[in-house]
Amino acid sequence: MAKQLIKGNEAVVKGAILAGCRFYFGYPITPASEVAEAAAYYLPKVGGTFIQAESEVAAINMVYGAASADVRAMTASSSPGISLKMEGLSYCAGAELPFVLVDIMRAGPGLGNIAPEQGDYNQIIKGGGHGNYKVVCLAPNSAQEMCDLTILAFDLADKYRIPAVLLADGFIGQMEEPVEFPPARTSLPDKPWAIHSDADDEKRLITSINLEPELLEKHNLHLQEKYAEITRNEIRFEDYQTADAELVIIAYGVVSRIVQTTIDDMRAAGRKVGMMRPISLWPFPSAHIVELGDQVKQFLVVELSDGQMVDDVRLALNGKRPVHLHNRMGGMVPSPEEVQERALKILEG
Amino acid sequence: MAEPIGLERAKIVVREDECKGCGLCIEACPEQVLFVHKHLNRLGYHPTGYKGEGCTGCGICFYQCPEPGAITVYKKGYVGEEVV
Amino acid sequence: MAEKVLAKAESFFDIYDRNPSPSKDVTHYCPGCGHGVLHKLIAEAIDDFGIRERTVLFSPVGCSVFAYYYFRTGNIQCAHGRAPAAATGFKRTHPESIVISYQGDGDLAAIGTAEIIQAANRGENFTVFFVNNAIYGMTGGQLAPTTLVGQKTTTSPYGRNPANEGYPIKVAEMISTLDAPVYVERVAITDAKNTARVRRAVRKGLQNQIDNKGFSLIEVLSVCPSNWKMDPIQSKQWLSDNMIQQFPLGIFRDRTGEVPAAENKRHIFHVDGLREALELPVETESTIKVAAPAPEFQDPRIKLAGFGGQGVLMLGLMLAEAGMHAGYHVSWIPSYGPEMRGGTANCHVNLSHRRIGSPTVSRPTLLVAMNLPSLERFENEVVPGGLIIYDTAMVTRAPKRTDVKALGIPASTIADELGNTRGANMVILGAYIGYTSILPKEAIFAAMPSLIKRKNLIPLNEQAVEKGMEFVRNLRG
Ligand code: SF4
Ligand code: SF4
Ligand code: SF4
Repeated sequence: MAKQLIKGNEAVVKGAILAGCRFYFGYPITPASEVAEAAAYYLPKVGGTFIQAESEVAAINMVYGAASADVRAMTASSSPGISLKMEGLSYCAGAELPFVLVDIMRAGPGLGNIAPEQGDYNQIIKGGGHGNYKVVCLAPNSAQEMCDLTILAFDLADKYRIPAVLLADGFIGQMEEPVEFPPARTSLPDKPWAIHSDADDEKRLITSINLEPELLEKHNLHLQEKYAEITRNEIRFEDYQTADAELVIIAYGVVSRIVQTTIDDMRAAGRKVGMMRPISLWPFPSAHIVELGDQVKQFLVVELSDGQMVDDVRLALNGKRPVHLHNRMGGMVPSPEEVQERALKILEG
Repeated sequence: MAEPIGLERAKIVVREDECKGCGLCIEACPEQVLFVHKHLNRLGYHPTGYKGEGCTGCGICFYQCPEPGAITVYKKGYVGEEVV
Repeated sequence: MAEKVLAKAESFFDIYDRNPSPSKDVTHYCPGCGHGVLHKLIAEAIDDFGIRERTVLFSPVGCSVFAYYYFRTGNIQCAHGRAPAAATGFKRTHPESIVISYQGDGDLAAIGTAEIIQAANRGENFTVFFVNNAIYGMTGGQLAPTTLVGQKTTTSPYGRNPANEGYPIKVAEMISTLDAPVYVERVAITDAKNTARVRRAVRKGLQNQIDNKGFSLIEVLSVCPSNWKMDPIQSKQWLSDNMIQQFPLGIFRDRTGEVPAAENKRHIFHVDGLREALELPVETESTIKVAAPAPEFQDPRIKLAGFGGQGVLMLGLMLAEAGMHAGYHVSWIPSYGPEMRGGTANCHVNLSHRRIGSPTVSRPTLLVAMNLPSLERFENEVVPGGLIIYDTAMVTRAPKRTDVKALGIPASTIADELGNTRGANMVILGAYIGYTSILPKEAIFAAMPSLIKRKNLIPLNEQAVEKGMEFVRNLRG
């Protein structure tokens, strides 16, 4: 297949359209604006609709409406905009509406800056909105995955009736790499529960309200069951040079790319190091980390935040192995050499 | 129950169990042919009653009444069964 | 009203099964509440127009949050104030549907102000029923944006004070200042005459949507006996005596006659011409042959830097695109945002035989410095044995490092002589591929069409590349 050199943010939109998405509602924000721009450019050409919403809040609620129908819909933003979308995300989770939300993370808190960070891990994975809910969260680390995981996100969203988040950072969004685009989906999945604007609609109801505690608990239990099923079926990760590793570095997004170079450099010097890259941040590859812990002596988590994913690694290992953290914030990104220095210190005790 | 009613005259039927006794229909009826029952209905309200004659079928009470099913108005010349 | 019977509309469920309360044949509304009347008028119109099967009702947050218990239509319940946004989203997926946004005053005129104004301003082809009863009903009688001056509520216990809470918002007037709305009217559920007006307005608002005419909003003044703490009859009196003063009834906008009726066409999913529309590449046999560069030039990690206008980002893209055509793994990443806007630009490029790790280049094996600040900033990052290419026309000193190779080329001067001052980047590119054999020029030429938008500039750029190569050849003698 021929490849195209393309920005991650644009690969998301092409991937989405190939996945059958025809509806995009969004609000501009750096470094995610190219997603909206590409959607505005391509969707009208394929019989789709792009609307620039008046706000992030309106955008996610437009998605709420569109995702109530028998179509595929999406929105994208960056961290401060994602904070605003949290209300809508909780409603979508409650009403079990499938759609894709793309978060091209930037540095915070507050207005912060537009450099890459991974400080949205907690608000996406731990539920930045209210209530007991989860969203599927996939973390691409290349332009190719910006396309592929967008498509997967739509599939998982529809398969489980759940919002799916593509969690990337400014670098992954802005970077250009060759992408091979898969064939287009020629039909959309059946959504018997969705509003079709037809005679059966009287039986269909999209809502997140349930005044009866007993019934709402039942609904919550149903959601929890579904989350357990997703956890059983949909964990994705990539091991890199872990087979004989004494130290395994855990990283996602652009950091996993940097760490790959660290591993290559250290392996060239005979060091037994490897990397585990979670591709699904939720469900998180906890069991796999525990398994790695049988052989790996120590773990190092590298992330662009105050240490958010590291909590999940520590929870998984539950004290089984030491877990170190190397983190940068504010848009600072470590170099492969910086990570190597830290890894060497750990190896040398 | 569903008796055939080829009507010579208009009439209204109040489903007592759906009436909330708000009194808006009684207040609005230009013919003053509606009244408050002494008894309580299932919901604990005094339902509205029809005096049995004098209704012109104007429909005012129907559009004043907030309950979708509480009042049915049969106009003069209505042929058919009572709506259930 | 040709009908000989006025009875419960078909567009209501017979039994309200969705209501968890044991009384499944009555609404949850308080006795005398205006919501029920408005529901009846809407359901009757849906019946009469024969649109039930394609009607979708958006219930708000407020007393009418449970409107879906009653309406035998599609139902979507959404977040407080967001119904116009959600309705927009849905309506766009199903233009043929009849979408009703049913909202109260807190929902529409407080928390959802942005959503209603913007939906109105887009002229969304749906119908909004705005129930104004000057109070928050469901939460138990708090101040609404439409609460009257002096009116006591649980959160304005001394009466609404304009100095503290401002004045009641006139929604119908406000919406009618916008260009897009087709029909805006304020009506009141009071006596038979006014209620007949409500009925007409409801039907007109729906008819407009059926005819694809655009946005209609009907503001309905309505009683809330429970929170007003009056009986239903007193409530209607109070509404007539007080609310109508503040919220005059009437038509504020009616362009129904001006806008031609149109058909609402269903959205059809298709993939015809999709790959062309997405401008995806077509399969081509690559004939580009790459000579193996000397080991020190293989798998370069490249940093390119210069002033904003010097085409540094384009140079990087050209390298990446050409590298891709030549079968390399490639990556390109710019410094983005304000830094870019501020006049300096740099980008990082990797070309490799292996899957690329870090797309950011901290220790370049090649630094291209198109101006002096770039050389000064990045010279020390270059790995020992690496290469620095710099534009001697712009960089007034040679690199200080002695453990790297340095290639100076008066790229800007050469480009200027070619009649294309902006072509210095391509001269440098030529020099780089000439010096290292990392790519054949055919790969560069193959990359140009997708990157250079103005096709007449391609020959000039090709020349610039040739010139750069020629410079290196002459250097070697
Ligand atoms: S239809 Fe008219 S006359 Fe008959 S009871 Fe109702 S309001 Fe009175
Ligand atoms: S208006 Fe309806 S609910 Fe109220 S009293 Fe009359 S019949 Fe009963
Ligand atoms: S609180 Fe007011 S608005 Fe709500 S149902 Fe009761 S009367 Fe109607």
